Amino acid sequence: MEKLTSLEKLQERRNAVMAERPEEKPRIIVSAGTCGQARGSLEVYEAFREAIVERKLEETVDLKVTGCHGYCEAEPNALVLPQGVFYANLKPKNVADIVEETIVNNKVAEKYVVTDKVTKESFSYASELPFYRRQQRNLLTLNTLIEPTEIDDYLALDGYAALAKVLGSMSQQDVIEEIKRSGLRGRGGGGFPTGRKWEFCFKEQSDRKYVVCNADEGDPGAYMDRSLLEGNPHIVIEGMLIGAYAVGAQEGYIYVRDEYPIAVRHLRIALEQARELGLLGDSILGSDFSFDVHMSRGAGAFVCGEETALLHSIESKRGMPRQRPPFPAQKGLWDKPTNINNVETWANVPLIVNKGADWFAAQGTEKSKGSKIFALVGKIRNTGLVEVPMGITLRELVYEVGGGIPDDKQFKAVQTGGPSGGCIPEHLLDLPVDFDALNEAGSIMGSGGMVVMDEATCMVDVAKYFLEFLEGESCGKCTPCRMGTPLMLQIVERICDGHGSPGDLDALENLAKTIKNCSLCGLGQTSSNPVLSTLRYFRDEYEAHVHDKVCPACLCPSLIRYEIDQETCISCDRCRKACPVSAITGELKQHNYYIHNHLCIRCGACEEQCPVSAISRLPGHEPPVQEKAGAAVTAAGGERKDG
Amino acid sequence: MDLTRVDEIIDEHTKNGERSYPPVIPIMQDIQAEYRWLPEPALVHTAKRLHVPLVDLYGIATFYQSFRLTPPGEHQINLCMGTACHVAGAPLILGKLERKLGIKAGEVTEDGKFGLDEVRCVGCCALAPVMVIDTDYHSLQGKTDVGKIIDEKRKSDEKVSS
Repeated sequence: MEKLTSLEKLQERRNAVMAERPEEKPRIIVSAGTCGQARGSLEVYEAFREAIVERKLEETVDLKVTGCHGYCEAEPNALVLPQGVFYANLKPKNVADIVEETIVNNKVAEKYVVTDKVTKESFSYASELPFYRRQQRNLLTLNTLIEPTEIDDYLALDGYAALAKVLGSMSQQDVIEEIKRSGLRGRGGGGFPTGRKWEFCFKEQSDRKYVVCNADEGDPGAYMDRSLLEGNPHIVIEGMLIGAYAVGAQEGYIYVRDEYPIAVRHLRIALEQARELGLLGDSILGSDFSFDVHMSRGAGAFVCGEETALLHSIESKRGMPRQRPPFPAQKGLWDKPTNINNVETWANVPLIVNKGADWFAAQGTEKSKGSKIFALVGKIRNTGLVEVPMGITLRELVYEVGGGIPDDKQFKAVQTGGPSGGCIPEHLLDLPVDFDALNEAGSIMGSGGMVVMDEATCMVDVAKYFLEFLEGESCGKCTPCRMGTPLMLQIVERICDGHGSPGDLDALENLAKTIKNCSLCGLGQTSSNPVLSTLRYFRDEYEAHVHDKVCPACLCPSLIRYEIDQETCISCDRCRKACPVSAITGELKQHNYYIHNHLCIRCGACEEQCPVSAISRLPGHEPPVQEKAGAAVTAAGGERKDG
Repeated sequence: MDLTRVDEIIDEHTKNGERSYPPVIPIMQDIQAEYRWLPEPALVHTAKRLHVPLVDLYGIATFYQSFRLTPPGEHQINLCMGTACHVAGAPLILGKLERKLGIKAGEVTEDGKFGLDEVRCVGCCALAPVMVIDTDYHSLQGKTDVGKIIDEKRKSDEKVSS
């Protein structure tokens, strides 16, 4: 590739690329992020290729494979442009039909479009789908149009035009002012105003400065950063270039989770392409601005999402946070001024520069501007990545975009912000989603994970889950977090096991507040949020565990028992075979199946195997001892039948 | 143990020199990519060559979850314990896998065939609960029989070796 040595050369290349791609030419785009590939989207892509070759349509239609389109539930899926027809849940054998109908006959292949399971309404076009209709896809739309390993795809969509604008006509202060005016706040969870952060770093005098992209997306249930890096790595690099120019940095690092192999691969390719074209390196586009980006792979530590810990990790040390101040803007990587932003924050920068601060500031609420990507997961119909304007209510997110709760279950809570966040109950569903409203409700926006929970979720168990997570991830440096999280976990475990005492809830609350007030870093300070928010909104569930020794959701193994409903049971013997500890007795067709609860380990195998749902979980560990008539008392010893 | 590859990896990462502290994490990552774990002689050698106390490397190896100081199974099973997988029943699946393989999470079966680990999170929440065997993602939604997946893996291995 020829190096682009001036702003004009960049424009020439863009013009050349666009001349080759008339907009009206049909395009089939297969979504293939990690989830898509796990569901076979690459096989679907291959089938499309064969179908096109078979019909000799190579010249008529373009076939693209892109990053994730966000609608994970509908993977593998394909978008056909320019009409915007959306085909969902494809199998390789469907593909020939689609090529025939859509490309040859210019019609919609109705069989493969999305049909609402409840209303039976079908939707041919992506823009009509309830999942997409309410979204404001500033960033994710680009994911659907760009083949991530093709830099020309990005160039065709104004890629690196923001960089050219900045280098050609803006001073460092201009750029910072523009970002400040846009109202962009950090997308990684903190919500700190990005422009102000840049200004701090800009004002520091130093021979060397760094910018860092935090792509250590550790929150379980959040994967928007992965999707951006997989689907559109160049926009992140461009954002970093602009930030580096503004603060005066010469070098950048992208700290990316090693658990994201596709993101790492696409990023590596993108960095090489940018270097080849001279978009990274010395005298970028003929200017006197020089900058390069390195990739640093994370090694698996949640705490490295905290900025000072992340910097230690790039320096090849243990990722332990340190006291701030000094802030990284003053003393960061190798003690030099460093500006750290999250992937999504960086990705928004080129859009703001291209479209203007006013465009961005016109979206969202008074204090939270723009759009935000959320990972809508858990007990929800339309699982996926959604990009919505700030200020949309949780209810709209869950019920309109997300399509509500599956299997006719009741909504119970939505967990936002990962292990540092909290659980928001039904009566707060009309809360607008922005940084400040979620904080007030005792949660945080975090990086944007939203796990929806239904009536079958036990909130005490959720608190236990996050405490287990945090106990394991605590770096051990400060005492409140190192000692406090295991203590909180002990109490919650005791409660789940049915050994809670009335004083436990107050003790838990006090401990949680102490840890919140006294921990060194963000991880410790927020580690009590899951406990405090569940205590605040679901205290009744804790009390049921403590006082009545009952798990209302029938989930905590120590507080439930399994029972076979004799009316429904068809005596098929499957449960007895499935039981790993021989806790079920009965004989085929004899209608005498019975679960011996003193042997049962509550593994759920029988419930899962039962074809007629005759096995249910009931509250209370030990049922009143009355062996049912007809039940064989010869419960075999209780030894495990492994394998 | 032949340490030629370790030397090559160290050379590759230190050729540009100059940092106050050597890039031990990327070096250890590459050593692990080579051997699938961090054998003690390789770490001792690395420490000597980089003039770093061995305890530093041990500290890093135990601090970060992706490093292993014991060999993994021939097939490594990573069961996702992310939030979405948790509410979709991952703990019950973990129990099933542990009983099926006769090991606890973090261990390797006696024949070395399977290793079982809990991970958080693989970021495929739409497939929850998710299990990753080597590089294959398995969605365990509904009544998927994890035991069967393991049996099939064993069988297909036997076919290849016979």
